[in-house]
Amino acid sequence: MNYDINKIRSYFPVLKQQVYNKPLVYLDNAATTQKTVKVLMAQEKLHNDYYGNIHRAAHYMADKSTADFEETRDKVQKFINAGAREEIIFTKGTTESVNLVAASFCEQFIKSGDEIIVSEMEHHSNIVPWQIQAINKGAKIVKLPFSDSGILQSGALQNLISSKTKLVAVTHVSNVLGTINPVKQIIETAHSKNIPVFIDGAQAVQHIPVDVQELDADFYAFSAHKMYGPNGVGVLYGKRKWLTEMPPYQGGGEMIAEVSFDKTTFSEIPFKFEAGTPNITSVIAFGASIDMLQDIGLVNIWEWEHELLEYATAGLKEIEGMTIYGEAPEKSSVISFNIEGVHSFDLGTMLDKMGIAVRTGHHCADPVMQHYNIPGTVRASFGLYNTKEEIDQFLHALKKVVQMFA
Amino acid sequence: MTIEKVQQDIIEEFSVYEDWMDKYSYLIELGNELADLPPEEKNDQNLIKGCQSRVWLVAEKKDGKIYFRGESDAVIVKGLVALLLRVVSGRKPKEIIENELHFIDDLGLKQHLSPTRSNGLLAMVKQIRLYAVAYDRMEKEGGTQNG
Repeated sequence: MNYDINKIRSYFPVLKQQVYNKPLVYLDNAATTQKTVKVLMAQEKLHNDYYGNIHRAAHYMADKSTADFEETRDKVQKFINAGAREEIIFTKGTTESVNLVAASFCEQFIKSGDEIIVSEMEHHSNIVPWQIQAINKGAKIVKLPFSDSGILQSGALQNLISSKTKLVAVTHVSNVLGTINPVKQIIETAHSKNIPVFIDGAQAVQHIPVDVQELDADFYAFSAHKMYGPNGVGVLYGKRKWLTEMPPYQGGGEMIAEVSFDKTTFSEIPFKFEAGTPNITSVIAFGASIDMLQDIGLVNIWEWEHELLEYATAGLKEIEGMTIYGEAPEKSSVISFNIEGVHSFDLGTMLDKMGIAVRTGHHCADPVMQHYNIPGTVRASFGLYNTKEEIDQFLHALKKVVQMFA
Repeated sequence: MTIEKVQQDIIEEFSVYEDWMDKYSYLIELGNELADLPPEEKNDQNLIKGCQSRVWLVAEKKDGKIYFRGESDAVIVKGLVALLLRVVSGRKPKEIIENELHFIDDLGLKQHLSPTRSNGLLAMVKQIRLYAVAYDRMEKEGGTQNG
């Protein structure tokens, strides 16, 4: 494989440091990734050279900022192969993208007695916004379950769909189990009954190539900060027909066509859903992280990370008392586990003191913890800059920690 | 011995450990040594739920003093609980109210008191204070002596 790991790591000088006098091994990429220097450089250039508010002024600074801001929209469109640039809406993160669709879609299309199907393996942010709307509207959330091995029972979808079903919300990749769900098939099933599908892509777009037209997704959401990009920017892709029919989510500047105290008319998409001054700096810098992902290539990243996943899984399985949660054949580079007799918090705390950053706890996915009847797990998640040497360090540290609690 | 003196003692005990691993080994030792609560006391009423680990706290008043017992499902947290109990248990409510609990910070273990997504320890410290304030008020109002 032609994967220049040294060059890639050079984009992330933050990785080359010691914590607690140990070399840092950053394995919490599913929570957030480190930012490439290219993102930081883009932010600096913007503020040094041409920062201005976008879309609303006739001067050089504003024009240049606007052009770069809109260029990122084009990059995102290409990145997920959306049909039109207007179908890309900038939000502050995946969570806001879900909330936008939940509020706006439900306002227009959900009434009392209707049902929304949500999978059991969702992050809280793809459950709670739907629950809030369901309570408002007197609608019901229906659970699409997964099996103990972490595979979504997508075959059950057919039977869960009824005349009351108005939407299906499912994650592309589970943040705990790593399962890559067969979203294309799920969308096909739902569409055969004319039901739209919302896909949470927060754990997918940085690992696998995504083509929203090929998937035929109605909505697809993700965050820049999990893509080696800046904080505070998310994307909502929505099919034009839905975005056009849905009412605005928030009111303010930018999203209007004309305002009087009697009547306000709204802008066209995407601006209808981008009220107020957006996160100009981060959107512009986001372009740089997309460029990096495109340059390396998602297929290459996938292959590299898959090798790391298999290597780490094999190593973990050698540890006595090991339970790995989520062993779907189609899996991204996320491993959740527990070791018998050692609390996940104790494991995570000691790993930290040995320079290894992992996540512990319920990972904002209580229903997944409830499925396995556990309070939490340790989660190691690998990114494009991780190496087998780092996994060796992780496994070595883990074995040492287990001995401390024996 | 005053609350302040016990805190200073703990800080001194830890000062021999230069390495983080040793500090934590000692915490693990303390956690393992702390007696478990009887299962019936590990109920929802005594539970302080953290995002990463759970803590149970029981308070009893005797002869004008509050006696605390506690446990956690994570050993490191249990070690920290053991230290906290050593500082605050068997004290008059007023002493607890008037003294700052600074030793965790001084030991460089402040990360375990982070306000969100924490391990229940910060909530435990708050709960200890609430018990002290409540018992202090009861005392002033001439309330029940056995809490």
